[in-house]
Amino acid sequence: MSSVDYTKEYSVVEGSPRLSEIEDIIIRPLNVKPDKKFYMAISVTLTMLLIGVISLGVSFYYGTGMWGNNNPVGWGFPIVNFVFWVGIGHAGTLISAILFLFRQKWRNGIARFAEGMTIFAVMTAGIFPLIHVGRPWLAGYLFPYPNQHSLWVNFTSPLLWDVFAVSTYFTVSFIFWYVGLIPDFATMRDKTTNALKKVIYSVFSLGWRHSNRHWQNYEMVYLILAGFATPLVLSVHTIVSFDFAVSVLPGWHTTIFPPYFVAGAVFSGFAMVQNVLIFIRKIFDMEHIITLDTLEKMNKIMMLTGMLVGYAYAMEFFIAWYGGVEAEQFAFVNRAFGPYAWAYWIMVSCNVLSPQLFWFKKVRRTIPAMFAIAVFINVGMWFERFVITVTSLSRDFLPSSWGYYSPTLVDFGILIGSFGMFFTLLLLFTKTLPVVSIAEVKAVVDGAQPTHGDH
Amino acid sequence: MSERILYSYTGLFDTPDEIIGAASKTAEAGYTKFDVNTPYPVHGMDDAMKLPPSKLGYASLVFGLSGTIAAILLIVITTVVDYPNIIGGKPFFSLPAFIPIMFEITVLSASIATVVTMIIVFFKFPNNAHPMHDTDYMKAVSSSRYGVSIQADDKIFSEDQVKDFLNSIGAKDISPIYYDDEEINFKHNVLDLKFIGGLFLLAIIVSGTTYFALNKLMYMTPFNWMMEQDKAIVQSTSNFFEDGTNMRVPVEATIARNTKPYKFKNDPEGAAKFLVNPVPGNEKNLELGKKKFNIYCSPCHDNYGKGESRLRGQFPNPPSLHSQKLRDWSDGRIYHVIMEGQNVMPSYSSQINETERWAIINYVRALQRSLNAKESDLQ
Ligand code: HEC
Repeated sequence: MSSVDYTKEYSVVEGSPRLSEIEDIIIRPLNVKPDKKFYMAISVTLTMLLIGVISLGVSFYYGTGMWGNNNPVGWGFPIVNFVFWVGIGHAGTLISAILFLFRQKWRNGIARFAEGMTIFAVMTAGIFPLIHVGRPWLAGYLFPYPNQHSLWVNFTSPLLWDVFAVSTYFTVSFIFWYVGLIPDFATMRDKTTNALKKVIYSVFSLGWRHSNRHWQNYEMVYLILAGFATPLVLSVHTIVSFDFAVSVLPGWHTTIFPPYFVAGAVFSGFAMVQNVLIFIRKIFDMEHIITLDTLEKMNKIMMLTGMLVGYAYAMEFFIAWYGGVEAEQFAFVNRAFGPYAWAYWIMVSCNVLSPQLFWFKKVRRTIPAMFAIAVFINVGMWFERFVITVTSLSRDFLPSSWGYYSPTLVDFGILIGSFGMFFTLLLLFTKTLPVVSIAEVKAVVDGAQPTHGDH
Repeated sequence: MSERILYSYTGLFDTPDEIIGAASKTAEAGYTKFDVNTPYPVHGMDDAMKLPPSKLGYASLVFGLSGTIAAILLIVITTVVDYPNIIGGKPFFSLPAFIPIMFEITVLSASIATVVTMIIVFFKFPNNAHPMHDTDYMKAVSSSRYGVSIQADDKIFSEDQVKDFLNSIGAKDISPIYYDDEEINFKHNVLDLKFIGGLFLLAIIVSGTTYFALNKLMYMTPFNWMMEQDKAIVQSTSNFFEDGTNMRVPVEATIARNTKPYKFKNDPEGAAKFLVNPVPGNEKNLELGKKKFNIYCSPCHDNYGKGESRLRGQFPNPPSLHSQKLRDWSDGRIYHVIMEGQNVMPSYSSQINETERWAIINYVRALQRSLNAKESDLQ
């Protein structure tokens, strides 16, 4: 083992590039015409999106009977996908807010991108509850406004908490993201030679002047927002888990759900961020800004959260046995050995077993290996939501009302469409905005901060 | 008219250590209206510039608390005061269940308001017409250099002195920044034809789309409030059933529950001859008969059957039920009147069931006997 000097802080950007080089690298994708690979990528994602759009059109025209949802499983794919996508979003906030509060400098290189993913993932997630109500154009009823029925929404329902949590989460993430972008817009404004871009960047930079009198308040706001976003992100998946835990269904009604869901969200989110970053750093030559060290740290977080999730799986079984409630015990035996055992074991092998490979430093630092593991994790986490949602509903207390849920083609079409939407937005993002925060990366380059005399 | 006004003098530096030194020297020299521009926040600069700590935290505290209060008021007014509902057997005011939404609204309002306050109140943004914009100085500090700018409206500002001062602290590329013509002479022209035309167009588009969405779109499939459904609607033509109606006729000889077909239709004599009163005239049945008679018969026949109608001439008065004819009629004959009505008196077969009909007849008999008692009754 090589000895590491823990008293010294290691640089998070390799090769001490000059400040102007950093911005050149980060801005370059915005100035060069998209190449063939970009068009190929976007045509794939747009096709996926189109499949989703068609499936949605079919669902609305003929009604939600086009889906597999039926008694007793009324919460099929739409809810599974919702929880999956909201979870993906969590890594972004974790990286940008929680790691910021912990002063983890390595986050600076990936924070912008992760935040962007949060926003796109939450947008994608938001579609599902809307379509699940069957007539999304009446979604205005979800908000408490004085209406002609003189009815109010039920403020004590987890489903309404969800409406507030997810919309707050989206808004706050978006603000956080935009605040981070302001100085970068100013830098791009001063750099661009294109008249139209100049107008656009000027408008969005709001007239930022890099003044230290502004930086001071700006950093304060960044800290405050990080302080708000941290409990917020924990609350969002907690509330998502309440959708399940507050009901009385065996397999759902457990107190472990909030931390279990949050850990799972971070787990899948990191996997997704890692997957996409591997492409980004390669395609845009950002290997020294988004370094292998950064990826390794992400892999460590995945390993940790993977074990938390595995612990939660085990604990659920233990408590079901220890609690002595027959229906609860049945629910868990049924999960592992019932008609959905295939889904359960996919989940366990992807989420609990595959991240164990990250114990090996070699695996943590080999791009193809970690990419494959992260893909497995995402698959596993999708199945986790499937297992939770579907197994409990399909077999509850009354054997006479048991049933087997199977999704339809339209269900799969919508799932594919959600991936299409997410990746289309990501691709457009890489071509329109700096995917790495220019100001934040400059601030952590070697020699960027004053030595205050202690040479 | 195009007089150029001096805004500030600027100087550039190349390393963060230099700029920190420069900033503290500028502050020590007594300048107050000066600024340091750096491509990223440089640690320790606030101390060097002698800036008081940021006050934004207070703004966010105030906005956050107002958000909490607004949230709890909203929830209490709607769910406790305006439309209380019992949910899960919990009290109307169940605070634990309100907390998630209170928390979310607190975070939402605090975040939005803090950022808006920072941008509008603290930064006076958006402002793209600042004299510093588009200068070489701005381009340098935007990218990789660090600059000091001393404003012309500072109390101790004088052009030569400032130039010397900047030189003495080692600044490079010292240059003045002026307001441009445009910044000085810029006037908004609200009455510009293009602007007004644009507003007009916007108004038409917005009202047009709103009209379309609310009055047309909402009535098209699938947005039509479930008004069109694949189901048979009564009293509309059917293209499924042969007879072209959606309502179905019951199979012949179907009878409604608790009813019996009446055998003596249009045959009062038959009814009089063959129908026998199966209901005994005991106290309970007389009581029932009285009740039903008072409800259904008394408006026209009055409470005692004398025919003194309460309808005040709006309906022909019926004859008395105490006539000899009636007293001679068999129970079955009266039953027939109740079943089929008589002349203007309508049928009461659908309002009164079989037992009640006979009970009413028993009661009518009792009424008759109260006026024309038999000899034997006197004993
Ligand atoms: C809407 C007013 C009205 C009501 C209510 C009404 N009747 Fe009559 N009833 C009449 C009239 C009017 C006649 C006389 C019909 C005719 O011209 O033969 C009549 C006639 C009769 C006769 C025959 C009398 C006769 O001398 O021919 C009987 C018996 C009778 N009603 C019983 C009842 C009973 C029992 C009820 C309660 C179930 C009842 N009626 C309710 C208006 C009414």
